[in-house]
Amino acid sequence: MSSTRKLRILVAKPGLDGHDRGAKIVARALRDAGFEVIYTGLHQTPEMIAAAAIQEDVDAVGMSIMSGAHMVLMPAVVDLLRARGGEGIAVFGGGIIPDDDMEALRAKGVKGLFTPGTPLAEIVDWINANVTPRQ
Amino acid sequence: MRDIDDGMPGAVDALKALYPRTGRAHVVGVTGAPGTGKSTICDRLIGSFRAEGKKVGVVAVDPSSPYSGGAILGDRIRMQEHATDPGVFIRSMATRGHLGGLSASTGDVVRVMDAMGMDVVIVETVGVGQDEIEVARTAHTTVVVLVPGMGDDVQAIKAGLLEIADCFAVNKSDRDGADKVVRELQVMLDMRPRREGDWEPPVVKTAAIHGEGIGDLRGALDRHAEWAAGSGRSGQVLTDRRKSELGEIMRGMIAKAVERRIEAYPGGIDGLANDVRAAGKDPYTAAEEILKGAMDGLKESGGR
Repeated sequence: MSSTRKLRILVAKPGLDGHDRGAKIVARALRDAGFEVIYTGLHQTPEMIAAAAIQEDVDAVGMSIMSGAHMVLMPAVVDLLRARGGEGIAVFGGGIIPDDDMEALRAKGVKGLFTPGTPLAEIVDWINANVTPRQ
Repeated sequence: MRDIDDGMPGAVDALKALYPRTGRAHVVGVTGAPGTGKSTICDRLIGSFRAEGKKVGVVAVDPSSPYSGGAILGDRIRMQEHATDPGVFIRSMATRGHLGGLSASTGDVVRVMDAMGMDVVIVETVGVGQDEIEVARTAHTTVVVLVPGMGDDVQAIKAGLLEIADCFAVNKSDRDGADKVVRELQVMLDMRPRREGDWEPPVVKTAAIHGEGIGDLRGALDRHAEWAAGSGRSGQVLTDRRKSELGEIMRGMIAKAVERRIEAYPGGIDGLANDVRAAGKDPYTAAEEILKGAMDGLKESGGR
């Protein structure tokens, strides 16, 4: 098709833990859902993620954090994106996130949050419902 | 870049406006089979250009899934070191069904980076086989990356990929068999017909993961750029570049016009196929009709 927007999504693995199986499985599921997924690998700083999101002109950034640092790293990415003109980029995340933290993260602009065991289709549905190609 | 990749109306006007600013960057293509180390070589080349303060753009192409249309673009993983360097701009692109090793919009995105003031634009192709040689039309200097153990010496005399190289990088040269690959390439190069003053593609051994041989590769790229700019050659080189640019843009516009025409057909390509079958029409006639409609559409839209 000649002029159709295709969703571009950055999947990143910030922080120090090395468990990227989940991130890779999500990346694969998003590919199979027809999205273009930019996967940047392990040990990303919020600065690296924000820079990549801007250069790649993505519609959404998904982060996987297993180390418990989600309260610092996820809002940091939201803030950096806003500072660089990427406020329209939806931010979502997955990992071991206690219920108490979820509300706080949503308030800070992390729109979608997924815990272990979430069916992949739920993540895809969330993206289709909440992420639109940026103009 | 997004508008260009998505073929949005207005993208062509933007490209026209920035075209006068293009033509300064050295466009380096890096191609080779999957897993030969193209991304790692790109990463090291970025470092080498950055050491001289040169601004570097990278267009990294990975394949789209033929089934879902989705893609995993993973070339950035090897270029982490440069993620936050403001002098480096990396853009990942999916082929979106385009064959030849690049995406249909790669040439346009390269021109945007050129106009952005990048001194060097590196184009990394998808992992290619033997015949995906489009990068040679987009790049000024094409590096073909090989690794030991990919086949016997008959592979080296086949046509295609090996003929487009301005420079060979025999990567993973810390492995057995690297010297044999170098020898075979050199024999192949010695046998090829050539004229006085032709460029002699150098064969460089690299082990990009360890940073070995990158200085030699850089030297080869710079020498090729100098040779291309050298007296007597530069006119022909510039004409050749205009030629391939024109061909690429025209093919792109025609393809887009045809796609639009098919989309506008009731039921799209499926509807068209059904109608052709129902009417007992041959596909050549149907294709001619679509093409004619596409050309009429082009006249109105001016290729946008």
